Amino acid sequence: MKAAVEFRNLCFAAPQGRLLLQDISLALEEGSTTAILGRSGSGKSTLLRTVNGMVKPASGAVLLHGKSIDGADLVTLRRSIGYVVQETGLFPHFTVERNVGLVLEAMRQPRAERIHRSHALLSDVGLDPAGFAQRFPHQLSGGQRQRVGVARALAADPRILLMDEPFGALDPLTRAEMQDMLRNLLRSMKKTVILVTHDLDEALYLADRIALLEEGKLIAVLTPKQFLTSRQPEIEAYVRAFHRGGREEDSQATSAGGMQEMSR
Amino acid sequence: MNSAFVAQYAGQVGTLTLEHLWLTGAALLFATAIAVPCGIGLTRFPRWARPVIAVANVLQTIPSLAMFGFLLPVPWLGERAARIAIVALTAYALLPILRNTYAGIRAIDPTLVEVAQALGLTDAQRLFKVELPLAASFIFAGLRTATVTCIGIATIAAAVGAGGLGELIFRGVASVDNRLVLAGAIPAALLALAADAALGLLERVFKVPDAKAYGA
Repeated sequence: MKAAVEFRNLCFAAPQGRLLLQDISLALEEGSTTAILGRSGSGKSTLLRTVNGMVKPASGAVLLHGKSIDGADLVTLRRSIGYVVQETGLFPHFTVERNVGLVLEAMRQPRAERIHRSHALLSDVGLDPAGFAQRFPHQLSGGQRQRVGVARALAADPRILLMDEPFGALDPLTRAEMQDMLRNLLRSMKKTVILVTHDLDEALYLADRIALLEEGKLIAVLTPKQFLTSRQPEIEAYVRAFHRGGREEDSQATSAGGMQEMSR
Repeated sequence: MNSAFVAQYAGQVGTLTLEHLWLTGAALLFATAIAVPCGIGLTRFPRWARPVIAVANVLQTIPSLAMFGFLLPVPWLGERAARIAIVALTAYALLPILRNTYAGIRAIDPTLVEVAQALGLTDAQRLFKVELPLAASFIFAGLRTATVTCIGIATIAAAVGAGGLGELIFRGVASVDNRLVLAGAIPAALLALAADAALGLLERVFKVPDAKAYGA
């Protein structure tokens, strides 16, 4: 079976010459959720952005369903890939409804269809269309905005969903709610998801596999269970940092929770 | 100002006001047609921004009387005073519109521009659906400055015979008749105030609420 997303010997250098991605090879199965974990500046967002052509690799290739994106029409490519960012990037001059349907508007779909679709998606992400469709982004809370961001990414029913630290700016409680919402949503839709995060808990909770990046190098690709029990020093350091301080008990409980989820 | 004076000049003030409006309106139309696309172009090639804005800046510093004088001997333009006036006023209106179009688009949160690209909007869609609406308030602010400046400078166009309310002012100065000066100056000032208020309203209508100000 062809991988939904495949990185082949991918390299990328910053304009100053620093290598941000070094020879990354990784294949992601159709319908799987992969978390790309790493500290700030490890190259995880850059890797994500090579998928929709926002970053052009210096060498190597990105293949979607077996076809290289090199030379593909970027507008068409991007419309077929959902994209969620941390600050949501909602357009402040559009209503929630228009924000969600913007990709369809760009694709010149009839207005009635767009509205119908955006209302259905708002319900999917837990927002009542009657109360929210006509609001503007500044009239929403951070969590609600992020829900709209997710709905917008799903508008054109993409097979691939890219999420760049989608819940990074939210408070822990809202973040947990969002993670639940996303998990339920992903279960009902067969999307290939790449989730960039620096939150191990989020990765354990949402992902089928975790790819750890450090200084542009792919250190390991493991299931959450393998990740927690790995003896590899970089991974151990990550898990230890996560378990540190007074949160020890909590974190162990969360990790155990994550493991339970996996064994289900 | 007695009623006989008003009766004598009311019709003339009306005609000259219309002339004044025509001169400034035409100039603003040309200036917008040149400066907005130029401003957009500069955001695509920011290396050119400094030199181009510098040229517009220099145009702005030329004393208006001198500008009208410079244009007098230019073939075709010099044949009709209104042409000279419109070209000169256009030159003065360029800078505020150009600068605000450029600054307005550059001030848009880069995340929004990036998201527009990542969602698969074409360059034209990004411009018309995202960048121009978000920069509209800035652009109207530039247009507002340009309008008020032009209405003022247009009074000097009468010096080359282009008409407008300046004609009454110049006649009043020549004949030491303050009533005539005021008959030109007051309507010109009122025009400027009205345009300022109307464009200020547009500027506010197009002001986009900032989501970030409400906390993420």
